[in-house]
Amino acid sequence: MPSCAGMPLYRMARPETLAILRIDGFTAVYHRASGLTHLLAAPAPEILAALGEAGLTRAALLAKLRPDTAFGDGDEKNADEDRLGALLDELVATGLVACERAG
Amino acid sequence: MRHVFSVRIGPVGFRIGSDWRAPIAQLERLYADYPAPHAGVADFSVQLFAARPWRRLIRPRVMIGGDYTLPEAPPLPLAQGLLAVEMGMDLQMALGQRRYLLLRAAVVARDGQAVMLTGASGSGKSTLAALLSLRGWRLMGDEFALLDPITGMLHAFPRLVRLKNDGIAAVAAEVPERRLGPMLPGTPDGAIRHLIPDATTVAAMDTPATPALILFPSFGLARAERDVAQSEVFVRLTQASINYPALGERGFAALGGLVKAVPARAIDYPDTESAIDQVEAAWAAL
Repeated sequence: MPSCAGMPLYRMARPETLAILRIDGFTAVYHRASGLTHLLAAPAPEILAALGEAGLTRAALLAKLRPDTAFGDGDEKNADEDRLGALLDELVATGLVACERAG
Repeated sequence: MRHVFSVRIGPVGFRIGSDWRAPIAQLERLYADYPAPHAGVADFSVQLFAARPWRRLIRPRVMIGGDYTLPEAPPLPLAQGLLAVEMGMDLQMALGQRRYLLLRAAVVARDGQAVMLTGASGSGKSTLAALLSLRGWRLMGDEFALLDPITGMLHAFPRLVRLKNDGIAAVAAEVPERRLGPMLPGTPDGAIRHLIPDATTVAAMDTPATPALILFPSFGLARAERDVAQSEVFVRLTQASINYPALGERGFAALGGLVKAVPARAIDYPDTESAIDQVEAAWAAL
């Protein structure tokens, strides 16, 4: 699995590398670079949309996701960060999200 | 090869060569009403050959070769040569077919509208397709559905219907003996006997049909039906597809289009008569 140590900025893979199809509650994504198909459940599609091409840090992503997703605030803050971190790691491993140095 | 037979099944031409006469003679009888490949040129070749020269005569065992081969495939007894031909054809389709998205499904059609019966081996789809073809449905295939990524239409691939075990008697009771192949006992899948598709099937095999209904039959359960969500259909059909990864984005788009456009139902059935009734009911409810 690629390491994102020292690369705090997360970006969605370039849109031209993806074909996206919404199928009832899921989002099917064909990743042209790998030739693999991924079936994403919430909140993975929301993460991709929130990151966009500009990219966000984990903290900024969490803040952006909170109003619209199952990510809470207050007492569950640490648990949410862990959960989001694990999801981001998975998305980076698929190639649907890239991490890079800030600035 | 010493003995050769060429045949076209739907859009796909095969050239089958064999070290032995017997499997070719069987193919000539069973595929007598099928045409030759377009312009005489086959898409795929299948070869049945002896592993060692003396194996042609002494306890003959059939190795399967062709454009694509599986190096680990064990040989079959010559008595199961027909099955070896089919395995060879399946292999060429699985590894070489790029024109269509191949889905493991039986397909029957009525009025140009196709019903796909998809499920694992043993779900009874071949028996069901055979019986439906005896009740007014057009048989398009018992094993592979060929989905055209450009048009979204299903093309027929009506090879011999491969009946297994209990399915053999169920179908044999309704057709004359001349429409059946030799009994092949003791194959890796148990007893196998082939049904020759009827003349209508062969005459219409170049006419594609519009996919109208996807069914997931399961044999051996109490009668039940349920709608299947599109996301579940998508996952199950990627699993049921033979060449989805090879088609890349064309496969993704073709499958997505199919899943979004065509309703899907799971049907659990205790016996084949019930299954036929359930297929008719699902069709009538469209």
